[in-house]
Amino acid sequence: MSGNGAVVYMDNNATTRVAPEVLAAMLPYFGELYGNPSSMHTFGGQVGRVVRQAREQVAALLGAHAEELIFTSCGTESDSTAILSAIQANPTKRHIVTTRVEHPAVKNLCENLDKLTGHKHKITQLPVDRDGMLDLDRYEESLTEETAIVSVMWANNETGVIFPIAEMAAIARSRGILFHTDAVQAVGKIPIDLGQVPVDFLSISGHKLHAPKGIGVLYVRRGTPFAPFLIGGHQEKGRRGGTENVSAIIGLGKACELAAVHLEEENSRVRRLRDKLEEGLLATIPHAMRNGHKIARLPNTTNVSFEYVEGEAILLHLDRFGICASSGSACTSGSLEPSHVLRAMGVPFTAAHGSIRFSLSIYNTEAEVDFVLEKLPGIIAKLREMSPFWKGRHSGQTGSSQCKCSCSS
Amino acid sequence: MWEYTDKVKDHFLNPRNVGEIDKPSGVGEVGSLACGDALTFYFKLGEDGRIAEAKFKTFGCASAIASSSALTEMVLGKTLEEAAKITNEDLAEYLGGLPKEKMHCSVMGREALEAAIANYSGLPLPMAQGEVVCECFGVTDLEIRRAIQESNLRTVEEVTNFTKAGGGCGNCHERIEELIREVRRESRVEEAARLRPKRLTTIQKIKMIEDVLEREIRPALRKDGGDIELIDVDGNFVLVSLRGACVSCAASQATLKEYVEKKLREQVLDTLVVEEDKP
Repeated sequence: MSGNGAVVYMDNNATTRVAPEVLAAMLPYFGELYGNPSSMHTFGGQVGRVVRQAREQVAALLGAHAEELIFTSCGTESDSTAILSAIQANPTKRHIVTTRVEHPAVKNLCENLDKLTGHKHKITQLPVDRDGMLDLDRYEESLTEETAIVSVMWANNETGVIFPIAEMAAIARSRGILFHTDAVQAVGKIPIDLGQVPVDFLSISGHKLHAPKGIGVLYVRRGTPFAPFLIGGHQEKGRRGGTENVSAIIGLGKACELAAVHLEEENSRVRRLRDKLEEGLLATIPHAMRNGHKIARLPNTTNVSFEYVEGEAILLHLDRFGICASSGSACTSGSLEPSHVLRAMGVPFTAAHGSIRFSLSIYNTEAEVDFVLEKLPGIIAKLREMSPFWKGRHSGQTGSSQCKCSCSS
Repeated sequence: MWEYTDKVKDHFLNPRNVGEIDKPSGVGEVGSLACGDALTFYFKLGEDGRIAEAKFKTFGCASAIASSSALTEMVLGKTLEEAAKITNEDLAEYLGGLPKEKMHCSVMGREALEAAIANYSGLPLPMAQGEVVCECFGVTDLEIRRAIQESNLRTVEEVTNFTKAGGGCGNCHERIEELIREVRRESRVEEAARLRPKRLTTIQKIKMIEDVLEREIRPALRKDGGDIELIDVDGNFVLVSLRGACVSCAASQATLKEYVEKKLREQVLDTLVVEEDKP
């Protein structure tokens, strides 16, 4: 509803702005430096050199070796490549361990493996508690001789909750099981050192850390068995066919270099802004609650539920003021049930439909946080005024329950 | 992001008639918190028998709020008979259209109106009487059948968009497909009936009338202890004789015209006139 006027962008877990430095680094490769990095001539070869440099920049942010990185088109491609590769490497093992709160890139792939591979796979989707945390004993018990791969996200996109990946990967390793982590939300927001964390595969998406859309990375630890997903030319040492997306790779390299510089700010100033926003909302709006563990969480993310109102309606009112956020409500997704993450956490229906996620970046200011704190309480009050459940709440009524959703199962 | 019309945005941002009515003539409640949208609709009749006041309270997304607001505007000044004729398609049209995934919001508006009218007249809500097909969202076969018929739905996805049925666990998808097949088969039969040649010989008429009497009308009358016999067919005049409990029933003339004649006109020839053969 708002045009391109002042935008208060607090939806950085959905996508981020391309950093101006990143854009500047990319532009020449859309223009005069259009060579193919695989070419033998100097004109192409100079591009190949910059791609190698970008690979080093990404490796530096992760504490990885450059040759352990495969450039892909997106986080989803990285996830698919890792999981399908592990299945091919272990053709007799038909069990996968994952969680109930994974991104659809992992969740839907695992749930549809039968169709893809022609084999029946057993999928263990580990539950989470009310704070969105996993039970490590239960995780350990779920691992069997049959387990081909464990795929667990590093940080949750909806709540920001961080899983103990170092510990979980070590457990898998001790059992000889491959471990993949979707680190799309974690990279650039929290420190990651793959020298210390024994994962075999790790997925990155460029546009979540101020690089452009259309670029991803799959980290494959040295010595890990690997089968390519895209088969074609010799690019990426034969591990991913297809001419390199040169400008985006260079942009991602620059973005990773910047992320290392900004990590400190992300975990101090951005965290303070997030905390101010969250505490402000919880203090001024009655019947509001935080979703997700308070401490084990990304510094930029807050997910708050406002009971008895619906998320899409909140978002559209925020949109009038140019405020960008997202919601786990059913209506925003086009499905009819609220977010699978909030349902897995057991967030009551009174709250799940009214959840709003704000995800900040280093580009946010305190004035923007104040602006949201000024506008949102009025929006919630107005919608509650209109809600048939708001008055009922005072008499202890929570509306008719003729609709017995299966969602909570 | 949904593409909402300006009218939807207007009714969402500036909803008309939000609130409750003290001592309403009728109240209708549909949906629930668990479902993600719910609507309470109130109306008050004026002395002239027309809706003088309509209010709503809605929990839901922009299109749910806009549909509720539109509903209260549309029913004002209407008699209950007129209001009852408002369909979800009328509501969506009033708003300049809704995204197809949001059609269930307009269906909810219409159901609230029906519930409020049923509440006023003290009658049970016909749609709630069917067999529950979608356990997740509590949708009955009658609601699904009506949506398939009225909005000409062809797939499970379309049924979900209009009624929410099948949008949860997905266990009822097969049953919904069955309903789609059934309703579409029935409507093909009706279509065939419509296209039937309108010039019938007397013998054809007698056969068809006997057929409808036997198949539909007699079983219905027998439930109340009555019966009917075809005496003669003269041109468009169908002479019948009522039997059993029908003879002494005060409503027999209404039954003859409203029910028997209506059925025969629908299924045989729309120019037929049914008369009782009085000895």
